[in-house]
Amino acid sequence: MSSLYQVLSPAGELVSDLKGLLDEATMIKMYENMVLVRQFDRKSINLQRQGRMGTYAPFEGQEASQVGSAMALAPGDWLFPTYRDHAAAIVHGQSMARVFLYWMGHMEGSISPKHLNIMPPCVPIATQMVHAVGTAWASKLQNEQHVSIAYFGDGASSEGDFHEALNFAGVFQTPTIFFCQNNGFAISVPFSQQSASKTIAQRSAAYDIPGVRIDGNDIFAVWLTMKEAMQRALEGKGPTLIEAVTFRYGAHTTADDPKKYRDQEILSEEWRQERDPLQRLRVFLENQGLWNETKEDELMAHVNEQIDAALVEAESYPKSKPEDMFKHVYAEPSWMATEQESELVKPSKQEGIPA
Amino acid sequence: MKRKLTMIQAITEAMDQKLADDSRIMLLGEDIGVNGGVFRATEDLVHKYGPDRVVDTPLAEAGIIGAAIGLAMNGKIPVVEIQFLAFIYPGFEQIVSHAARMRYRTRGQYHVPMVIRTPYGAGIRGPELHSESVETFFAHVPGLKVVAPSTPYDAKGLLIAAMEDPDPVIFLEPTKLYRAFKQEVPEEMYRVPIGKAKVVQEGSDVSIFAWGAMLRVAEDAAKQIERENGLSCEVIDLRTLYPLDRDTIIASVKKTGRAVVVHEAHKTAGLGAEIISIINDEALIYMKAPVKRITGFDVPVPQFSIEDDYLPTAERVKDGIMETATF
Ligand SMILES: Cc1ncc(C[n+]2csc(CCOP(=O)(O)OP(=O)(O)O)c2C)c(N)n1
Repeated sequence: MSSLYQVLSPAGELVSDLKGLLDEATMIKMYENMVLVRQFDRKSINLQRQGRMGTYAPFEGQEASQVGSAMALAPGDWLFPTYRDHAAAIVHGQSMARVFLYWMGHMEGSISPKHLNIMPPCVPIATQMVHAVGTAWASKLQNEQHVSIAYFGDGASSEGDFHEALNFAGVFQTPTIFFCQNNGFAISVPFSQQSASKTIAQRSAAYDIPGVRIDGNDIFAVWLTMKEAMQRALEGKGPTLIEAVTFRYGAHTTADDPKKYRDQEILSEEWRQERDPLQRLRVFLENQGLWNETKEDELMAHVNEQIDAALVEAESYPKSKPEDMFKHVYAEPSWMATEQESELVKPSKQEGIPA
Repeated sequence: MKRKLTMIQAITEAMDQKLADDSRIMLLGEDIGVNGGVFRATEDLVHKYGPDRVVDTPLAEAGIIGAAIGLAMNGKIPVVEIQFLAFIYPGFEQIVSHAARMRYRTRGQYHVPMVIRTPYGAGIRGPELHSESVETFFAHVPGLKVVAPSTPYDAKGLLIAAMEDPDPVIFLEPTKLYRAFKQEVPEEMYRVPIGKAKVVQEGSDVSIFAWGAMLRVAEDAAKQIERENGLSCEVIDLRTLYPLDRDTIIASVKKTGRAVVVHEAHKTAGLGAEIISIINDEALIYMKAPVKRITGFDVPVPQFSIEDDYLPTAERVKDGIMETATF
C-alpha cells in the first residue's frame, strides 16, 4: 500500500506500461499545460509582491498532479478545487483572467465558464468533498455520464468531512474521485504529525472503496490512474481515493514563511533536480524526439503572451461597486437588505445641531 | 520602565505567564507550535513549554474543541486557537452542544474551563471567509462567555481572566488591531474582569457603544463630531459581549438620552438589537431619540475589493450620531 505507482521515472524513463492509452499529442499537451500553469503561478507570486494581488496560494511542484488529473476529465465533469488548485481549474477550462480576478479580491473571479462545472475555490478545509459526493450522486440518479472530482490536501484528511464524504460515496456508490495532493505539509504540520496512518490511500479500506497511492510528480501515473478511476465511476462501480504524493516548493501562501518549519533550501534543490514534474516529462519528450530547445522557446513566448493577456483582461475589469455586495445574496433581496443598500449608496451628510 | 506592546504581544504574554503560573494550562491548535500560529500569537511558546503543553494538532476543529472539552473536564485548562473565526464552524457542534451545556447537563458535576481564541473581523484584505464577525452565534448560546478586547492592555487582562474563568470563554481577537498600535502593558499578571464594559471617553450628548476593531472607529467619529459640531460623545467599549454590562449601558444612556451602537457584524439579529432592547427595557423614558445602529450589512463579508465598503466608517457613525442628535 505504501509503494508508489509510477510510470515515468525521475530520469524520464518509462517504468510501467502506458497500456496504449497515451498518445504523443496528449503527452505534448501535458507538458505545454504544465509550463503554462507554472508560469502563471510564478507571475501570480510576483503580482502579489508588487501589491497588484492579495494573498495567493502557490502550487509550484504540484503541476503533474493538477494538470494530469484535470486533463483526464471530460467537459461535463464537476470539479471542486481548493484555494490551491487553480492549475486544475485552468486546465479544465477556467480562464486565467478569472483566477487573477479572484486573487485580486473580486467575487467575479469565481464565475466559471457557462458550459463547465468548475466550483469556486473552497476555502474551508475538506468541506467541498461532501459536495462532490452530492453532485456525483445526482449524476448517477439522473443517468448522466459524469464524474465529480474533489481536490484536497493531506491536512484535509483529518477533518470529519473527509470521512463523511468517503463514507457516503461508498454507501451510495457515487461516481466521485477523491484526489488528494499529499504535499507533505498542512501549513507547518508535517504529515507524520497529522496522522498516524502511513498513507492516505489506506484510509479507503475503512470505507471499502479502492484507494491508490501514486507518484504525484509523474503526470503519466496521474493520468492513467484517473482514467481508470473514471472508467470505474462511469460503469457504476463507485468512488476512488487517489493519493498523489507530491511536494510544494514554496510557501503555503504568500503570507507564510516555510523556512520556519522545513528545510526549504535542501528539499527544493533535491526536488528540482530529481523529481520536478516538468523536468521529467521534458527529458522523456526530448528522448522521444518530440521536444527541443526551439520548441521550448516558442512555447515559453506563447505562454507568457497568454498570461499577459489574461492579466490585462483582469486588470481592466470594471472596479467593483459597493452595491455589488448586495447582489446574489438571495434570488429576491429581503426588505432588510434593500433598505441597507439604499443607506449605503445614499449621499451622506445631514446638517444641524441637536435641540 | 514602561513597556509598550501590540495586542498580539500582549496576548502572547498572557498565555506565557499563565503557562508558567498554572501547570494545567495547555495550548492546542493548528500550526501553533514551531510556526507560532498564523498570527504568531504562540511564537516560541513551544520551545519554552514543550510539545505536550503547546500542541500542534491535526487539522480538525471538531477534534480540537471536542478533545479540549474532555481535557477540561478532567483537570486541564485548554486554550484553543482557531485560525480564523469562520473555521470554527466544523467545531461549532462541540461548542454549542457540549462545551456550553456540560455544566447544565451534569447539574454542576462537570464543567468546562476552556478558552477558545480566534481572530475575527474584516479590514485586513483577507481571502474569502477570513473576515467574519459572527459573535452573535456565541452570545446567543447559554453557557458561553464571549469576550472581544479592543486594546493590548485589555487583551492581556481579559485573556488572563478568561483562562481563570470556570466556564468556556469565546475570546474574539480583532485581527485588524493585532499590530495596529502599541500601548503600555504592565509586566505583571493582572486581570480585566469579564462582564465589565469600559467608559473610554466621558460625554453628555450621545452614548456610542462598540467593541473590537469598531471601538477605534467609534472613537474617531466621536472626536471628529466634537470638533465639527461640538457634540459631546460618551464612548463605551463593551469588552464582554456575554454577559453584557447592563449597568454601564443604562447609566450612560440615562445621562445622554441618545445612543448609537456600532458593530461590524451583519445588522439583522446582531448584538446591536440586544443592546437596544436592554435600553428599551430599562431606560426608554430617558431616551430623546431612537437608538441608531451602524453596522455591517446583511451580506456575506465581501472579498477585499469592496471590503471597506462593508465596514462601518467614522463617516457613517457620524451620520448616525447626527440623526439621533437631530431627531
Ligand atoms: C476548516 C479550516 N480550518 C483551518 C483552515 C486554515 N488553513 C488553510 S489551509 C490549511 C492547511 C491545509 O493543508 P492541506 O489540507 O494539507 O492542503 P495544502 O494547503 O497543503 O494544499 C489550514 C489549516 C481552513 N482554511 N479551514
